[in-house]
Order: sequence, then C-alpha cells, then structure tokens
Amino acid sequence: MSIYQKTALAAAVMLGASPAMAQEAAGLDDRINQAFADFTGPFVSFIFAPFPGTGFPWIVGWLVVAATVFSVYFAFVQFRFFGHAISLVKGDYSDPNDAGEVSHFQALATALSGTVGLGNIAGVAVAIGIGGPGATFWMIMAGLLGMASKFTECTLGVKYRNEYDDGTVSGGPMYYMSKGFAELGLPGGKILAVLFSIFCILGALGGGNMFQANQAHQQIAGIVGDYPGWITGLVFAGIVFAVIVGGLKSIARVTEKVVPFMGVMYVLAALVIIIMHADQIGWAFGQIFAGAFTGLGVAGGMVGALIQGFRRAAFSNEAGVGSAAIAHSAVKTSEPITEGFVSLLEPFIDTVVICTMTALVIIITQQLIVDPATGLYVLNEAGNGIATVDGNSGVSLTSAAFGSAFGWFPFVLAIAVVLFAFSTMISWSYYGLKAWTYLFGEGHTKELIFKIIFCVFVVIGAAANLGPVIDFSDAAIFAMAVVNVFALYFLMKVVREELASYAARLKSGEIRKFGH
Amino acid sequence: MTTKIVIGLDGTETGERAIAFAKDLAERIGTCELLVVYVIEWSPFTFQTPEENAQRHKRREEEVALATSRIVTPAVDALTSGGFTAQGIVRHGDVAETLNAITVENGGTQIIVGRASADGFKKRLFGSSTQNLVMHADVPVTVVN
Repeated sequence: MSIYQKTALAAAVMLGASPAMAQEAAGLDDRINQAFADFTGPFVSFIFAPFPGTGFPWIVGWLVVAATVFSVYFAFVQFRFFGHAISLVKGDYSDPNDAGEVSHFQALATALSGTVGLGNIAGVAVAIGIGGPGATFWMIMAGLLGMASKFTECTLGVKYRNEYDDGTVSGGPMYYMSKGFAELGLPGGKILAVLFSIFCILGALGGGNMFQANQAHQQIAGIVGDYPGWITGLVFAGIVFAVIVGGLKSIARVTEKVVPFMGVMYVLAALVIIIMHADQIGWAFGQIFAGAFTGLGVAGGMVGALIQGFRRAAFSNEAGVGSAAIAHSAVKTSEPITEGFVSLLEPFIDTVVICTMTALVIIITQQLIVDPATGLYVLNEAGNGIATVDGNSGVSLTSAAFGSAFGWFPFVLAIAVVLFAFSTMISWSYYGLKAWTYLFGEGHTKELIFKIIFCVFVVIGAAANLGPVIDFSDAAIFAMAVVNVFALYFLMKVVREELASYAARLKSGEIRKFGH
Repeated sequence: MTTKIVIGLDGTETGERAIAFAKDLAERIGTCELLVVYVIEWSPFTFQTPEENAQRHKRREEEVALATSRIVTPAVDALTSGGFTAQGIVRHGDVAETLNAITVENGGTQIIVGRASADGFKKRLFGSSTQNLVMHADVPVTVVN
C-alpha cells in the first residue's frame, strides 16, 4: 500500500468509515487516472508526433513558424507599436463618450487573468526541470515572437465579432473563420470554425480546467498532507458550479480583484530574491544562454531545451491558440486593430516578464543539481529531467525555489496557485461556453449541459496524475492552434490592410490623443 | 450671453438643495442655462470577468437609462416647468474629473454640488468626490450644505 493510500485509509478510519470504503476511495483516483490516460492517449500521440526521423514535435515547429511568419509579415509590429500599445492601455486615445464601456485596460486585464497562472509557475518549472536553464531563452524568444500571433488573432477577433441587438457581444476565432472567410470568398470557413470550437471545448476542459484542478490539489495536499484528489475536485467543482451555474458572481468578482494583486506580489517577491542574489545574475544569464545552444548536458540537449521552452511558453501565453481573441473581443473601439496592439502586451507580460522571473528564481537559488566536476546538469534517476535538490518538479520546484529565500512563501504561493487556478477556470469556462454555443446555439438548457460537463472535469482533473493531465491539456490547446493558425494565414492580409490604414492615419495626425 | 451653470447630482437629497441654490442664482443672473449632470462612478482600470465584459455595453445602456429616468429627467422637467432653461447629461467616469470635463466642454462658468456622500473609509483614503472637485476644478465650485 502506498503512503497515499495509507493516508486516505487513516483519514477514513478516523472519520469512522470502514477500511474497505477507504481503500475504495483511494482506488477511485487510480481508476479515473487509468481510464483518462487510455482514452486520451491516441489524441495526445498525434498532436505531439515528431517530424519523421527527429525528436522534434511537429506542433512546436508549427507554432514557431507561425509566430515568425506573423512577425516578419507585420514588420515586427510587436516592437514598432509597443509604446503605442501602452498609450492605448493608459486610455490616451479613448473617447470620453465611450466611458462606461469595456476599456482597453479591462480587456487586457481579463485576458491576462485567463493566461497568467499556473503556466507561469508550474509550467516554467517543468520547462527548466526538463530542458534546463536554456529553455528560458527559447521561452523568451517564443514570447517575443508570439506577440505578433496575438496581435493578428485579437485584431480579427474584434473585427469579426457578433454584436447582438440586446447589446451583448460574442467574438473569437470561430467568428472570424466563418465571417472572414466568407468576406474573402474563401471556402471552408464554417468547417474550420466548427473544428476550432470542438478543440476549444477540449482545451477548456483540459488546460483551462483539469490542469488547474490538478495543480491546485497538489498545492493543497502539499500543505495539509496527502489525500485523494477527487475530494479537492468535488469542492472546487462545487465552487465553480456556484459561480457559473448559480450566478454567484461575488466569488468571481473577488477572485478577479485578488488575482492581479497576487500576480504583482509574485513578481515583486521574485525581484527581491533576484536582487538578494545580485552577484549571481550574470552567472544565471550565462547558464540561460549557454544552455540554449549547448543543452549543458540536459536530456535532449539543445533541441530538448528549445522544445520545452516553446511548448511551455505557448501553453502559458496562448499566442496563436485563439483563446485571447475571445477574451479581447468585448472591447469598445471603432478600430479593431487597437485591440491587436493592446493584446501584444499579453505575451510580453506573461512570458517575457513573469515566466522569466520564475525561471531566474529557480536557476539563481540553485535548485538544479550540477556535477561539480563537469559543470553539467545531473540527470534524475528516471533520466527524463534534471535532478533537483529535493527531487521537486512542477509547482513544488518553484515553491522550493521561493521557499529557500522566504520560508513562508510556499504558503502564499499555495494560495496564489489556488486563486490563479480558479480564475483561469472561470475564464476558460467562458471560452468553452462560447465555442459550445457556437456549435449548439444559445439557450439555457444547452448552456447548462456544458457547465455541468465542465464541473465534472474539475473532479477528473484533480483526481488524475499530472502526466496524463498535462499531456492532454497541451494537446487540446495545441489542437486549437493548429486550426487557428491555419485560418490566420488566410486572414492576415485583412490585418495588414487595417495596420497600413491605421498607421497612415496615426502619422497624419487624424488619429490623435484625446485632450491633446 | 447666456451663463451656463452646471449642477452635479448624486441621487440624494443634497442634490435637491443644489438645485434650489442654482434656481435662486439663475433668477438673479437672468439669462441662464442649467446643465443637470449625473456621473455614474466608473473607472477604466478595474478588473472584470469575461462574461461581465461581454455584457458591459448592455449594462451601460441600462445604467444610463436608469439614471436618466430616475434622477436627471425629473430634475430637468421640474426646472423647465418652473420656467428655467435646462438640459440633462448622464456620463460614466470619475465624478470630479467628469463633472469638470463636462463643464469645460459646455462652456459652464460654475459648478454647484451637494456636500459629499462617500462613506467614512473611502473618504479618508481618497477624499470625497466633492473635495476632489473643489481641489481640481477649472471653474468656481459652490458646495451646498
């Protein structure tokens, strides 16, 4: 019997249950895990299939090529309009008569609360734990290039959104696929929209739900002791149900307000730790650059670092995935491209700033074990990652890194992880719902069915092991990117026309700041 | 030339006293137009859920309609039936900043408001809207007790 089962048994005995019942409870997690892994295996294998004769997953190549194509096609819009994006968020170009509508800041903050979260805390630790410090370099590159993908999809999201008579809006890839393709006289837009919607629902259930529930459970179990995951799952599912079905908006509102503060606190704590180890900053960046091109002995070498960096960056900032296009589409603007500019800040904040902070803290607090004789990283027993000081991986690696500087930080981090997880779930329940209603139409019963399915997956996610959950989560989110990027290639000329027109009017002074 | 006076309402009885004072002032001045303004407290820098964003436009219209029908229109109607020239404006924003902006946009010469009605903690932390208005307005401000 594992420690895990023993704990569950002890807890059950204390609660007056029979040993047989406790064993059954503990076994439930294993059964859920096995059934889930068997069911999702083929889908995961397809998405992560390597290019023939290499170990390089084709999906990673797909995203890298897309981000590079968009960066070049829009002449590195992410750098040229970075300052303008900040002006837009500050409201310099907002018409005072639009006060009370969704501002650029609000659209960005809402989209960020869906992306900033476990990807930045756990995902980065996974990337570094497997790909070594060099993964950070590729993660930053993916973040910088991904800004152009985000710009493209969010401009289209606003341009082709649906504005209904009752004043509500719906937008996202499914709308620009169907309406945009029809406008250009291209066939297949509807088929792409349906495919995207299916993958979006899977992504909402995977990365937007199960991965979050799973990691939240790991955090709580790490503090109160091991216990069956389905218990956390049930509690979480209950709260999510209260919010998305019961309309208990107060919980969501509190979370939406607390999460940004948690995010700021996380970055500040990381900065303090980095400053505390100021003498090692140069060394840490040296490790990042050296690891990016040599691998420093990690499993998979340089390619391993690159794959991990790009994979975790994409999972964290979702550039090219299409989810942000849904979140950003509610903004009030007569110029869709302005939301594209604003959205390009998202991968920057998420990946280039926050993910890099996490990576630096893990590297600088020397959680990864180096062989003093060779200067190379030591592989763990399984040979699939780098050995860490306490054998940690995922969230616990980040937690240990922060905890080495501030003993109390793991508790704060646990609360942050749970809140981040919850806020991401709420965001993704909305993205999933939008895809669901695109497929099945709007209506109380139809929406209720999706919401109940969403809650059931919270329980499955908390009960299953990290391996199958993270694989399925990645696979579902990347499947969205396959369809979305394909559509973006056809629609990017629409964005270029918008960009040329806007840039000309900005230069001529036709578009200018209000009150100036 | 017509003198424009802005009356800032907050939906409480202090607004009634501000209107009474403005009427008295308008009678003394003679050719005078009264702008009845209600500002719905709102900031572009808050955090909202995706669902709230999707419904924001609809909610905004509802908020404007409610403020217009419950507060501004009755006040404007009462003023016009009393022989005054009056019009109403409802806008979202920071109360002090927006009242001042509307006054400047419309060529108003002064602002009349009732005394502050913010709760204790918020008032201590940020100062009341009235205090902010008095501190930052571009035209004279009269605060009616």
